[in-house]
Parts: sequence; C-alpha cells; structure tokens
Amino acid sequence: MKQLSVEHLLGIKYLTKNDLELIFETAAHFKEVINRPIKKVPSLRDITIANLFFENSTRTKLSFELAEKRLSADVINFSAGQSSVKKGETLIDTVNNILSMKVDIVVMRHSNVGAGIFLSNHVDAKIINAGDGTHEHPTQALLDSFSMREALNSNLKGKKIVIVGDVLHSRVALSNIFALQLQGAKVKVCGPTTLIPKYISSLGVEVETNLKKALEWCDVANVLRVQHERMDIKYFPSTREYTQLFGINKEIVDNLGKKIVIMHPGPINRGVELTSDVADSNQSIILNQVENGVAVRMAVIYLLAQQIKR
Amino acid sequence: MSRKILLTSKEIEIILHRLACQLIENHNDFSNTVLIGLQPRGTYLANRLAELLRNDYGIKDLQLGLLDITFYRDDFRRREEPLEATSTQIDFLIESKNVVIIDDVLYSGRSVRSALTALQSYGRPDNIELLVLIDRRFSRHLPIQPNYRGRQVDAINEEKVVVYWQETHKEDAIYLESKVSKPD
Repeated sequence: MKQLSVEHLLGIKYLTKNDLELIFETAAHFKEVINRPIKKVPSLRDITIANLFFENSTRTKLSFELAEKRLSADVINFSAGQSSVKKGETLIDTVNNILSMKVDIVVMRHSNVGAGIFLSNHVDAKIINAGDGTHEHPTQALLDSFSMREALNSNLKGKKIVIVGDVLHSRVALSNIFALQLQGAKVKVCGPTTLIPKYISSLGVEVETNLKKALEWCDVANVLRVQHERMDIKYFPSTREYTQLFGINKEIVDNLGKKIVIMHPGPINRGVELTSDVADSNQSIILNQVENGVAVRMAVIYLLAQQIKR
Repeated sequence: MSRKILLTSKEIEIILHRLACQLIENHNDFSNTVLIGLQPRGTYLANRLAELLRNDYGIKDLQLGLLDITFYRDDFRRREEPLEATSTQIDFLIESKNVVIIDDVLYSGRSVRSALTALQSYGRPDNIELLVLIDRRFSRHLPIQPNYRGRQVDAINEEKVVVYWQETHKEDAIYLESKVSKPD
C-alpha cells in the first residue's frame, strides 16, 4: 500500500526515502499526462486549493496553479500585497477566513521560517510549504532531484552534487541537502565563506571555496541565485568579484574535461551566477526543471489529496 | 473459501482465437484500428491477442497501446487503499481511428467509463469498441456492454472472478472464488 507518511508537505526533513520514491514515481506518470494533447485529468474535481503567497513569486506560483488546474481542482489565489494583511489581520485569521470558503488544501509561501508548521497546527487543511523564509522549499528540492535523476538516468545514490552560491539565504539549498542525502548522494556546498551557514558541516555537508575544484568533483552543479533582497549587509565586496570567483562561464565548463549537469532554480541573474552561454547550453537542464516542477507538484497535491476522505 | 474453475488453459486458447477472428472480421487488416489494453490486468489479454493476430493471422502493422486510467477513476478518495498508477504507453494518435478497448473482466463498467474519459486525451476516435474475456453481466453499474466477450458469467457480488496468466501465475486459468461455500 503506497501513500505518503506525512499529512502535510512542510519540509523534506519530515519525509522518508519511500515518500520521495512515491512522489518521483507519481510525478513520472504525471509528466506523461502533461505531454498528452489534452493535459488535464479529472482526479481533483471536487477539491479546492488556496494559493497563499505572502511573498512575491512568479514561477512557483504559476507552477502550482498549473499543476492544480491540470488536476481539475478549483483554485483561489491570494497575494499579501492586495489583501487585508496590510490592514493588520493575523495569519490565522486570514487563513481561517479562506478556509471558511471550504478550502481543502493550502499552498503557502511566507517570509517567516516555520510559518507552514505553525499553520498546520492551527487549521484543518492540508498544508504545502511553497517556501518559508530561508528554511525550506520542499517542492523545489523534489523537482531538482527528479530532474537530476532524469538527466543522469539513474537514482542519486553515490552521485556527487555541489550546491554553488548563496547557501546562507537559500531555502532551496537546505531542502536539497535533505533530499539528496536521503537518496544517498554526496553533497558539497561552494561559495563565499560569508554565504555558507556555520551549521552546514553538522548536516554532513563539506564546504569547498574553490569553484574549479568543486566542479571537477561533481556530477551536478546546482547553482543558486545571489539573493540581494535578503541581504541586509554586504556579504561580498562586489558583484563583479563574486562573478569572478563563483560565476560559471563557458570557459570553466569547457576546461573541466567532463560533462556535468548545470541546474538553477531561477530566476537567474544572467552574467552573475551563470553566463548566458552556460545557462542556455545543452548541459543546462534549467527548462527541464520548470517542466518537471509542474509534474512533481501535481504528484504532491495528488498524493496529499488522496488522504482527504469524502 | 470455495473455488471453481471457469476456464481452463485450453478453453482460454480457443476463446482467444475466436476473439482474434471476430476482430479480423470487423477490422480486416487493422490499418485504421488500434488496440488499447487497460492497465494493469487488461494488458495481458491485449498482449496475447496482439501476439495471436501478428503471428497466427499475419496482421503486420498492428498498433497496440496500454492505457492507465488511475487519474480518471471516480473512486479516488473513496477507497480504503490508495490508488497506484501504472504507465501509459500510447505512441500513436487515435484521432479518426477505430479503437478496441481490451480488459480482462467487465464488472461494474466504471473502469471502462474511466477509460473512455482518458482516451479523450489522445484525440477523437471514429468509434470505440470493447473486448473483454469475462463479462459479469448482472453486476453492471453503468450502461456499458462489450462488443466482444470471451465468456459470460453469472456471479453474485460476493464472488470474485480471478484471472491467472502464464506471465504472472505460470498458468492460464480463470476461477470463480467465493468466500461463502454453496451447498451442492
């Protein structure tokens, strides 16, 4: 009997290896569905999903919305900027008001770490964390792993993955580390020391500050965006210096003597983390990640909805 | 639990040949006809029929697809056990084609209803027929009947028709299983 061991998707930390395998297996079926002439299935026609985005988002919000619509769910969208949150309404009040409209699943992005966990303890709906501050972004990690497995044509046991860039401010990095380790992959992080969290070694992750060495070691480079908007102080002297030390360009990739997979969760600061010729090269699977994002989110929503009994 | 045999290996072989001949009568060389086996259990029957049509009856360009209907079922969230999807393999268009849906047992008709919805995702066929090995005629929930049937069976709801294939059970046989023993 295959079902998720969790009631909500709050973070990869709470999932088991079997959960990951079930999600990947289901996502593969949905990937086939979304490549059909008619990309929609009727499974969730009696389910209502609220997308609550208290923080700005483009691709995650669109990806979730598309996934929900392709499962035939009813969808309502909420952005904090145009809501009563601005008038001082609390998170629970906002969500309870929305739940009164008979919402079954809440997809939430919030700037506060643990917002999803807090909500799951107070409201009666399935919660999917679409990013909580600098904590976790589980669906991004799931789609990243799914895309890596597809690109490497194997599971990730023993594979070497380096996460390059602004690890400190990234929720993608932490979720990815949990997901990759659960699958038996080896993980390193690479970036300026100021952008590597002090606790990272306690997670069993090695730190490499030399980009060339990191790339020579890895099978996959998952490159992160420099999150200027989350930096209240300067973590490196200049963007130009960051690019010189940690930016990936065609010359570096060509000199490796082997093919590695290049990933990026988007949006890319072109010319900073990645040059355009690398981002658009055949080693890059950035657009595959976007396509897989819909399939993986369909899988997560479908599997959680399965637990909502009539 | 009591168990009685409905069809032996020999009987199944004869029935498969008859079904193959009936299909040829209506679809000639299958140039405008495709076979779609319903996952998971209908695929064994579909594969077997396709093999017969190709090898014994010389049908050269037979197109066979396998359709998973999990995401189209109407009992999602109503079942105790979660549904498990299997793969769909249809690498051709069914637009303007004659489609023959193949399943092992026709019971309530709900799987076939789901299959009809799922097939819409692959185009608009000219017509759709249904072929089943066992037709449990008194258990239908929906107005769905087969065009081709191997054997019609009258069974009560507590009884179960179990299909064994060489591929899965090392024998071709169909049994009627009952939890309640009937008096002779």
